[in-house]
Amino acid sequence: MPTASQPNAFWLSKRRQAGARDALAFTVIMILSIMMIIPLAWMIAISLKEPQNVFQMPPWNVDWKWSNYSEAWYLQGKPQYLSLDGEATPAPAPAMAPGQGSAAAAGAPEAVSASPSGSAAPIATSAPAAPSDEKMSTMDIVVENLKRFIMGQDNKGSFWLYLWNTLFITAVNVVGVLSSSAVVAYAFARLRFPGRGWLFVLVLATMMVPGQVTMIPTFILFSKLGWTNTFLPLTLPAFFGGGAYNVFLLRQFFMSIPPDLDDAAKIDGCSTFGIFWRIMLPLTKPALITVAVFCVVYNWNDFMNPLIYLNDSHMFTLSLGLTQFRSLYGTQTHLMMAASTITLMPLMIIFLIGQRYFIQGIATTGLKG
Amino acid sequence: MAESVARRSGLTGLQKEALTGYLFISPWVLGFLFFMGGPIIFSLALSFAEWNGIGGLDSVRWVGLDNFRQMTVDHRFYTAVWNTFYFTSVSVPVGMVAGVLVALLMNQKFKSIAIFRTIFYLPSVMAGVASSILFYFIFHPSNGLLNFAINGFSHLLTSIFPALPSFQGPEWLGNPAWAKPAYIIMSLWGVGSGMIIYLAGLQGIPEQLYEAAEIDGANKFQQFLNVTLPMLSPVIFFNLILSVIGSFQVFTQAFILSGGNGAPADAALFYVLYVYQVAFQFHQFGYGSAMAWMLFIIIMVATLVQFKFSGWVYYEGELKK
Repeated sequence: MPTASQPNAFWLSKRRQAGARDALAFTVIMILSIMMIIPLAWMIAISLKEPQNVFQMPPWNVDWKWSNYSEAWYLQGKPQYLSLDGEATPAPAPAMAPGQGSAAAAGAPEAVSASPSGSAAPIATSAPAAPSDEKMSTMDIVVENLKRFIMGQDNKGSFWLYLWNTLFITAVNVVGVLSSSAVVAYAFARLRFPGRGWLFVLVLATMMVPGQVTMIPTFILFSKLGWTNTFLPLTLPAFFGGGAYNVFLLRQFFMSIPPDLDDAAKIDGCSTFGIFWRIMLPLTKPALITVAVFCVVYNWNDFMNPLIYLNDSHMFTLSLGLTQFRSLYGTQTHLMMAASTITLMPLMIIFLIGQRYFIQGIATTGLKG
Repeated sequence: MAESVARRSGLTGLQKEALTGYLFISPWVLGFLFFMGGPIIFSLALSFAEWNGIGGLDSVRWVGLDNFRQMTVDHRFYTAVWNTFYFTSVSVPVGMVAGVLVALLMNQKFKSIAIFRTIFYLPSVMAGVASSILFYFIFHPSNGLLNFAINGFSHLLTSIFPALPSFQGPEWLGNPAWAKPAYIIMSLWGVGSGMIIYLAGLQGIPEQLYEAAEIDGANKFQQFLNVTLPMLSPVIFFNLILSVIGSFQVFTQAFILSGGNGAPADAALFYVLYVYQVAFQFHQFGYGSAMAWMLFIIIMVATLVQFKFSGWVYYEGELKK
């Protein structure tokens, strides 16, 4: 313990030493951080380049070709919208922010020459095919345009669809995991019932079994039920326990809450469910958010389960949509990078908003699974 | 509500509590029966059978130990096991050393340190199809970012020391010898997930231990060796076990980067990718189940071996006994 009686010079040198060490550490951290960021920066830079410039070095000469995004958004050409009098109009892609439309218009002539399946061809084919105005009401046209906006031209698919499917699956999983794992964890933490000990050991034991062991029978079960190509296999299991790791994590959290609180509530006439709902849940909010955030990340990135269960491209999640996109445009690097950025951006935003809970969640609840 | 039911049915308080307990855990019990216990028994049975998964359950043909015998003569199975061991035995130790070092750096008390922690953790959140596609282009032999850096470095070296031979970046994913190193490099991008766990461990080490070591005249390196490492060893051990299990199960990267078939020349045919191929592409559900069980056995043995040789782990609680 340093005291004021120590000589001044000693302090000075010590502080200088520490300062030099800090500066060195800071430099190393900076360099490593840049290395971590470079892949992402490269991805975004390529996604904004002209096709002929994608591998141009240095990579930071960006062409700001925002229309890559609207091109990547709809898998096989942007949709052609019907005007309200029933005629097809080559509308600028609706997925873009204002100001990007002009870039798309400027890029259009190139697209015609570059890809035969590009935006020019459908104008010619769909205009005669469009029904005359007396057959189509305004409502029909609005509905049809909305369908094209979401599904893309001729139902070829768009990232709206994949985004919606992914959001839906993720949201249902979060609800399922949170509700069921909290209830189960509460019972294991607080309620006394015969067999509680060995049942909890069973919960922990299931954490050891690799997912591949149960993958095949679960697939057979769901396909015999006729549930392949639905979201049920991807969402329903979340409501049945919510995963052993989450049960374990929340149980540890419930155990750390002093039991005097329950006793006080019980004396005041609170029911078991009331204690759980009014006292335990509010106190475990940080742990619940941690569970939710990890659940979001897991489902957003999950590839194998959607791959096994979903065949219809209208049911695809972002992960699957991206693989389909790759089989169509694998050589068009600028579009691939735009599509990858589209997939990663929401996750990145969720992470940056919830990052406090990631880092604190792991630090306070012990360790991740 | 539950109380009034209980009063009417004349249950004692303890009985009522037990009933509520069973009610509360019932979602897990059902989930265990349908998605865990049931499937485990079924897949164990399937691993002794042959079934294409298309016909009814009556087309299941019992073959005894044939599936396991087939593994011993299946050279792709050996390749998959070798690839997975290779990947695990390099990526896990390298990733752990990198994770501890980065965590030590991130344990500094700069004002802006939270930003850097976020930067390091961000890539491990994005482990999926999109980042695999990104790395497909990073490993591109002629235009990729990695070979751009390697060739640039070579150029720099030869321009300073003309005597040195110039070198070129390898073909990475196109060359069977360099495919697995590419996967290992990619796994290092996810160093943040380990870092965050080590960081939590580092912050749990009491400050007095360092103060005591300083009074005893230990320098920073000695403090690291004699205070930090032992105190961190339970966390390192925990992470070691999880990392080994995780890297035995690598799938998404391998599926995307190899085009789903383990290319080039099965150099990226990792275990779970092969299980996926056998079950869902070749429709050999029996053989696939047997391989899944073999993976379970491998993981169990690997975990037990790690526990057996865990003498290096220091548990502070043990001293007090």
